[in-house]
Amino acid sequence: MKFLTKQRGKQLKQTLAFGTFRLVSFSVIGVLFLILGFIVVRGLPAISWDFLTKMPENGMTEGGILPAIVGTLCLVAGSMIFAFPVGVFSGIYINEYLKESWFKKLVRSMTNNLAGVPSIVFGLFGMALFVDQLDFGDSILAGSLTLGLMVLPVIIRTTEEALKTVDDSMRLGSYALGATKLQTIRKVVLPICYPNIVTGLILSVSRVSGETAPILFTAATYFIDRLPNSIFDQVMALPYHLYVLTTSGTDMEKTRPIAYGTALVLIAIVLFVNLLANSARRYFNNKLK
Amino acid sequence: MPNFKVEAKNFNLYYSEFQALKNIQFQAEENTITAFIGPSGCGKSTLLRSFNRMNDLIPGVRTEGETLVNGVNVYDKSVNVDELRKQVGMVFQKPNPFPKSIFENVAYALRVDGIRDKRYIEEKVVNSLQQAALWDEVKDKLKKSANALSGGQQQRLCIARALAIAPSILLMDEPASALDPISTSKIEELIYDLKRNYTIIIVTHNMQQAARVSDRTAFFYLGELVECDETKTIFTNPKSLRTQNYITGKFG
Amino acid sequence: MTLKKIIERFSEGILFTSSTVTTVAVLFIVIFLFKSGISLFKTSSIEEGYSLALNARNPVKKLTSGQVKDIFNGDITNWKEVGGKDQDIQLFTLDELSAAYTEEQMGAKFERLPSCVEDYVSKNENVITFFDNRYYPKHFSGHLLEMPPISFKEFFLGREWYPTAIPAAQFGVLPLILGTLWVTLLAILIALPIGLITAIYMAEVASERVRRIFKPVIELLAGIPSVVYGFFGLVVLVPAIQQLFRLPVGETALAGSIILAIMALPTIITVSEDAIRATPVSMKEASLALGASHWQSVQYVVLPYAKSGIMAAFILGVGRAVGETMAVLMVTGNAAVMPHSFLEPVRTIPATIAAELGEAPFGGMHFKALFALGIILFIITFIFNSLVEMIKSKNNQ
Ligand SMILES: Nc1ncnc2c1ncn2[C@@H]1O[C@H](COP(=O)(O)OP(=O)(O)OP(=O)(O)O)[C@@H](O)[C@H]1O
Ligand SMILES: [Mg+2]
Repeated sequence: MKFLTKQRGKQLKQTLAFGTFRLVSFSVIGVLFLILGFIVVRGLPAISWDFLTKMPENGMTEGGILPAIVGTLCLVAGSMIFAFPVGVFSGIYINEYLKESWFKKLVRSMTNNLAGVPSIVFGLFGMALFVDQLDFGDSILAGSLTLGLMVLPVIIRTTEEALKTVDDSMRLGSYALGATKLQTIRKVVLPICYPNIVTGLILSVSRVSGETAPILFTAATYFIDRLPNSIFDQVMALPYHLYVLTTSGTDMEKTRPIAYGTALVLIAIVLFVNLLANSARRYFNNKLK
Repeated sequence: MPNFKVEAKNFNLYYSEFQALKNIQFQAEENTITAFIGPSGCGKSTLLRSFNRMNDLIPGVRTEGETLVNGVNVYDKSVNVDELRKQVGMVFQKPNPFPKSIFENVAYALRVDGIRDKRYIEEKVVNSLQQAALWDEVKDKLKKSANALSGGQQQRLCIARALAIAPSILLMDEPASALDPISTSKIEELIYDLKRNYTIIIVTHNMQQAARVSDRTAFFYLGELVECDETKTIFTNPKSLRTQNYITGKFG
Repeated sequence: MTLKKIIERFSEGILFTSSTVTTVAVLFIVIFLFKSGISLFKTSSIEEGYSLALNARNPVKKLTSGQVKDIFNGDITNWKEVGGKDQDIQLFTLDELSAAYTEEQMGAKFERLPSCVEDYVSKNENVITFFDNRYYPKHFSGHLLEMPPISFKEFFLGREWYPTAIPAAQFGVLPLILGTLWVTLLAILIALPIGLITAIYMAEVASERVRRIFKPVIELLAGIPSVVYGFFGLVVLVPAIQQLFRLPVGETALAGSIILAIMALPTIITVSEDAIRATPVSMKEASLALGASHWQSVQYVVLPYAKSGIMAAFILGVGRAVGETMAVLMVTGNAAVMPHSFLEPVRTIPATIAAELGEAPFGGMHFKALFALGIILFIITFIFNSLVEMIKSKNNQ
């Protein structure tokens, strides 16, 4: 029969194409593991309890990175305190209250535009507004607000996406029982979709903790010999610390191990946060089933 | 024993755990039209798609037994699926022309078959459009997008598209269900004309349609082929009570 | 009842206010960038409080900031070259002044400096001076040069970026713009095919199991901070490039492009995979049922169908790459010169801002110029975003 004959070029082309694709894709994954593996292998020897809990010593060639860790935590916390409520509220308002109109379009497109603004421009803006105009100085406050604005679009979008997954019949059912809009959102809509919102929040933490450009001129300092005790203090931060160590350290040879250690801590945070988000997603999904 | 064009022997099909087809025995002779009827979800489409192995696309599908085209088991290892599908054309429920020009839609199968000869392709396209009774309506706008056609025209374009590669079998899954009555009758006429050159299996929910166009009719119920006989016999004197109930509209 | 209403109203107010934050933020970004950036074009390129002066008989009445820079660099040495007489140019600044006059002549507290300046300038026809305005006498016989403010043309087409040059800083952003374009375009040239291939593989070829591994890994790739990419580039990629091409330094445009390509991959992969997946099954089935192979169906049906989504991925990728700062700053070597080859250092706009803002005196010319760079960056990414939105809304129709 005719269709028993294997067909020449066509099948071969497909085998070749898909084979190449497989190779390329696995190389992409390989690159990631190369980067991760490299930093883990080089960074691990530097990691110790002292490294995580001590101040830098001897012009940062010895000692730990405690102030950078604390600084990054402060910035993450500060930015989330600002961005999380604003982002979630904003997502709720856009999705639940706004009807299709020019205003909704405007808000949507401005949110998209804000998401596309390069992080260094956030840095410029944060410096001009928070540091200078509002006179916060280089501080946790100014840095947190800048970072918060940067992740705001991410949080708004995840909230919107999460709200969209809730079926309209749920809302109608609640209205039918005489509940107000606010009650419906609080008692019916949010309980269904908060897992997705939480996952989005967790992922934005990972983004904030790694950003350097926005805090360059709003919060970060090269070195400070004490931990921050007010929101108007300057701080060290992990990503900035890594940048400083690799590009302008006093003694590159001696600071290299500390740089590897710092990179590893940064990656560990991102890994941890991603794992957390993934397992949160899975946990909530199972619970829903 | 007559040489059947399309056959199923002891054919079972599973969607993961769910058995959608149960021990199907079916034959169709060359240049006949067979209608598949039965309530929704009884496995008509599933069996139809087993003749050109479109079920391969669905993850978790498992088959037992054989479906045969021209006497060859299509699930045999030595079968080249692409070549099989060139032999067995298919028309879907919803018209699904490519977002390309009318000409390119019909030429598609030839092009992917590696044919480069322009004159030959042109000839085939015209010929297929004529066979599908669409030529007069589109001959002046072959370069226009297929999406600009009406639903009925689109469906006839899909038939023309399937004819271009010169299959000997046509599988049609409710080809007229998404169309208005006039388009439907045009398609029915067309199907009847095509019988001369093709072996056709058509799934339909429309009893009158089955009665009008088909030579034989197969009634399916819950994954089983209950009865397959001359269309006249099925509609006037079915052997099974279930068939009778279905045809007279008592269920389904 | 009324309390409930009040609460309802109040909450809605809070929600509404929150929803306006992004709009306000974009507005403020525009205002603050432009406020500082635009004023660059109102300032002359000579530092405030200083002036250049010539002998009154010198026919030259105007100099551009580029000419001033060349004169003080020693690249222009004769007045003829700037439209004057055939005379050697003589520089006269504090150094020359203190060499030419005794302390006694200048006065113990330099109170007689202005008269020394007057004396020297009036005697030497070929002189050009650069002093603090206080050092020029009240009745100065010389001709104080008026420096025009920086023009758009000088800014956008200027080929020299010497923001701290004295006496005339140079703010030509062409090398920075070109540097950004070079690095970005090469990065996308690398990342687009690889990303697209990976997207096709994940959407069409890979088994569900492989996909379940790939997905989080690519998310992770997107989550790695850009400094870490920069660090990796610096310690691994840069030395590798240096050795491979036997270069004096490994910090090159190529290094930046490769790192940027890796960073742009997740965006490109995710967006184009979504686009590929959005192709209706009916289209693929139609193609397969006509005897096309899987690969042919992907080529001729799926990819054309996903075209605009892939376009969006491309634009988004470029947008990300243009604005990326830290990684590029760390591996490209940051030489603000016109790029000639991918194996030489270049400098991008974001890297310039990051590297120089810390040292630029607040509110000074340099500071303003960096904000002007910020405007350029903002406008570029704004355009890219709008393009993506256009494509998306077209798709939804
Ligand atoms: N992809 C699939 N995965 C799992 N089960 C499926 C799948 N496709 C069909 N089924 C199941 O197999 C059975 C037969 O489906 P099939 O589509 O063949 O029915 P049908 O007779 O064509 O119905 P209809 O007249 O509605 O088109 C149904 O019970 C259906 O739920
Ligand atoms: Mg069906």
